[in-house]
Amino acid sequence: MTDGIGARARRKEDRRFITGKGKYTDDIRVENQAYAAFVRCPVAHARINGVDASAALAMEGVIAVYTGPDLKADGIGDIITGWAITSKDGSPMKTGVWSPLVTEYGRYVGDAIAIVVAETQSQARAAAETVELDFEELPAVVLADRALEEGAAQVHDNVPGNLIYTWELGDEAKTDAAMANASHVTELDIVNNRLSPNAMEPRSAVAVYDEAEDHYTLYTTSQNPHVARLVLSAFYNVAPEHKLRVIAPDVGGGFGSKIYIYPEEIACLWASMKTGRSVKWTSERGEAFLTDAHGRDHVTKAKMGFDNEGRIVAFHVDTIANLGAYASLFATVTPTYLYGTLWSGQYDIPAIYGTVRAVHTNTVPVDAYRGAGRPEATYMIERVMEVAAREMRMDPAELRRRNFIREFPYQTQVILQYDAGDFDAILDKAQAAADVAGFPARRAEAEARGRLRGLGYSTFIEACGLAPSAAVGSLGAGVGLWESAEVRVNPVGTVEILTGAHSHGQGHETTFAQLVSDRFGVPIDNVQVVHGDTDKVQFGMGTYGSRSGPVGMSAVMKALDKVEAKARKIAAHTLEAAEDDLVIENGEVKVAGTDRKMGWHEVALAAYTAHNLPEGLEPGLKEGAFFDPVNFSFPSGALICEVEVDPETGVTEVVQFTAADDFGTIINPMIVEGQVHGGVTQGIGQAMLERVVYDEDGQLVTGSYMDYCMPRADDVPSYVLDHHSTPSPNNPLGLKGCGEAGAIGAPPAVINAITDAIGTETLQMPATPQAVWQALAWARTPVAAE
Amino acid sequence: MYPTTYHKPASLSDAAAALSASDEAMVLAGGQTLLPTMKQRLASPSALVDIRAIPELRGITVSGATVTIGAATTHAEVAGHHGVQQTIPALACLAAGIGDPAVRHMGTIGGSVANNDPAADYPAAVLGLGATVVTNTREIAADDFFEGMFATALDEGEIITAIRFEAPKRAAYMKFRNPASRYAIVGVFVAETDAGARVAVTGAGADGVFRHSGMEAALSASFAPEAIDGCEVGEGDMASDIHASAAYRAHLVTVMARRAVAGAV
Repeated sequence: MTDGIGARARRKEDRRFITGKGKYTDDIRVENQAYAAFVRCPVAHARINGVDASAALAMEGVIAVYTGPDLKADGIGDIITGWAITSKDGSPMKTGVWSPLVTEYGRYVGDAIAIVVAETQSQARAAAETVELDFEELPAVVLADRALEEGAAQVHDNVPGNLIYTWELGDEAKTDAAMANASHVTELDIVNNRLSPNAMEPRSAVAVYDEAEDHYTLYTTSQNPHVARLVLSAFYNVAPEHKLRVIAPDVGGGFGSKIYIYPEEIACLWASMKTGRSVKWTSERGEAFLTDAHGRDHVTKAKMGFDNEGRIVAFHVDTIANLGAYASLFATVTPTYLYGTLWSGQYDIPAIYGTVRAVHTNTVPVDAYRGAGRPEATYMIERVMEVAAREMRMDPAELRRRNFIREFPYQTQVILQYDAGDFDAILDKAQAAADVAGFPARRAEAEARGRLRGLGYSTFIEACGLAPSAAVGSLGAGVGLWESAEVRVNPVGTVEILTGAHSHGQGHETTFAQLVSDRFGVPIDNVQVVHGDTDKVQFGMGTYGSRSGPVGMSAVMKALDKVEAKARKIAAHTLEAAEDDLVIENGEVKVAGTDRKMGWHEVALAAYTAHNLPEGLEPGLKEGAFFDPVNFSFPSGALICEVEVDPETGVTEVVQFTAADDFGTIINPMIVEGQVHGGVTQGIGQAMLERVVYDEDGQLVTGSYMDYCMPRADDVPSYVLDHHSTPSPNNPLGLKGCGEAGAIGAPPAVINAITDAIGTETLQMPATPQAVWQALAWARTPVAAE
Repeated sequence: MYPTTYHKPASLSDAAAALSASDEAMVLAGGQTLLPTMKQRLASPSALVDIRAIPELRGITVSGATVTIGAATTHAEVAGHHGVQQTIPALACLAAGIGDPAVRHMGTIGGSVANNDPAADYPAAVLGLGATVVTNTREIAADDFFEGMFATALDEGEIITAIRFEAPKRAAYMKFRNPASRYAIVGVFVAETDAGARVAVTGAGADGVFRHSGMEAALSASFAPEAIDGCEVGEGDMASDIHASAAYRAHLVTVMARRAVAGAV
């Protein structure tokens, strides 16, 4: 009984999740518990002249109120960004200073100004409402393109014109020359809508200071507790690393938003030391909308040139990226090295050039969100391809095929070298599964019912497992992007895997166990996956960017190799056989071609009794490994969406959605399908439902689910999925990563389908009923189009 | 949530007494609007007077063409009531489409009508069917009851006890949902009655539920979808927000009205 690689093993962790027994940060109960609430900036831009907490301090149960200067006085550091980007003129980027509690200026609605600590949560919240702010409201700027306009409000004095950097990638002269000679040029204005991450579990922190040991423990909703500890220690000066333990217990979804170390965690930790109390804070949903890092928010002009046979000759990109009021941890790299490096898509493009101007605005920081840069690149490329095909009156699939990369490795014009793929095969599979041949008949049938039916493609490639460390370091990264693992075999043969990756919905407790089951024939119930605690796992970089498979599992594989090598030595010695003659299967170590064998548990026990080990071999069976990938991995896919539009109302229904993906080797098909379902649903959400809206003054309009529209089950169809695997040559399992692909690939497929249905391209995301109705109205009276 | 005092009287007179005893007391029925508002600390009633245990506020009676629904009757009870389904199917259908199952099993008709949320469904039925709002002190015709968004003819301390409907010849309600909240962006209730057609619109109006006299005249002459093709819906009277501009709402009023007429039973 094994659940090895490729098995549809049921998720081990789901028993506790679906019976309501998961243990999340807010479930943590510690002695001496107090509660925190935050006083936040009520306007988008303000000079804070004074904070009067006297009324709050007089209220029942209130323990303390602290403000920015209190933290500053204790040497608590400002919040950092993790990647230094250089502008095209060679100058370093300019970013505003972000203090955990602001000292002089509030720069977005929700900017934290003071922390109130009280005996109960409601006392803390009630007291926070009584803290009086003396502030002067200043002009604010909200939209990315407006931030660069002459006379726009200045978010930070040290960032003139709100311009953080002007980054460039590619060969401008070559691209301009090729564009000038193109026989057809397609131009498109693209808005990539701003999104709110909406993890099911809101952010939370429980900070515990132990005065006797001068030691801190932070329970928090983190995707990467070790990085949190490193940053809290090295940059925010809360405590040295050996005096700080960070635990991320069960975490209910992250999508990127829980990578970052936010002001609340810093303030709670410090307040715990100041008050001598454990300090707990859990975000309300409204606070989550205001303060969780948002995603996307690009405004782009894209231009693609073709020769007279439909081959791409040049691609030109001009993007403005809104990073919000402060540069969050991965904010600066997301619209540059995670975006520009994918401008070649699945296509052999000989000349590419683009610039990205990143700006500050009076909005909550924008950072990596499921896909992080790759959805923005994919949406742009795949929209341009579809529009170009329509303009040139070519079949959009044929235009793509005419430009597919077919030889690997392939060196793009934008840094990356693709390792493996078969784009024709995945498109073939998608077209077959979607019955593209039957589409004209379906369209005619819909027309008879008064519905407009459209079909749209997205053939995407993305990059997972950001790597290698030396390369990302040379590009400005503040950290390495390897992963660690430790495999501990217990004397009874059960196995513990310690990983630096962190599961917040991905199913690591099952899939990581499947690696052990596959290797040693141990049932997955005999394998425990340990993660999310800096006291248990030595170090790790965490989970984001679909890296847990290609990077995290690769580290486990390296450790398993070492364990296996030692186990073979022990078994060979006991069985008096040559190591090379041993086979490990079904929980046994056998001498090939004989009946001599040992149970896996007997090998483990032999390692720990150490009564009869080969000379010089240490007792025990425990090995660790670090894996630093030599390259990214490159998942790709072909997605086909079909929609029906009610032209009277603009209501659009996704009636069919097909995804054929190349994720390389698949560990657990059921979990991979779940990732695709979730990712595609988030992609449909971006394409049709979701957007963050601030009004002109910077007040958040979409501050609740009454106005921010999340996809629900009845918004999406049952998906048709298929796979075609070309294993990645760059990691031991051939993994590519699957966590973000759906969210990356789906939006252009949806918009291409809707624009196909309505016959006009003047449609931006989200394609709400009103937007579709408006686009149809404009198409009928083109003069009114704007 | 701010602290409050909870009362659960067993009679109307006790409820009225509890309401008048506290300056900022509020009636609690199903709580589907009030409780979320309190949880967000946007409302802080000094006392809550829960009227759900008062016997005369509960239950549905059907007598010939008259349907009387107790104020504390839930949407699910209305939707699932055989007599309502037979007598005024459009009303049962409307109730079945309010919110989600949890809301329908807690929310009440009296609560919805008293709150008069500009995007609520019931006000369209009450106005579209020319119903009568019965309170602990009097009876109020629907045409005199709704006084703009969140405003009604109810006096301080007055409690709705029932809503009385007369069955039309045929009627239907068509709702265009806000994609996020799933409240009505536009909801149109049309009814053909002995006294002519009635058209009530919820969700769309800048000042809450309203009747459309132009459509009523056209449909009174001919109760058919095409009858309203020439009717004007003024953008100026429409609400506007990030989900739907006034122009879009005005357009949807006509589309939903036409579909309601076509679907009327």
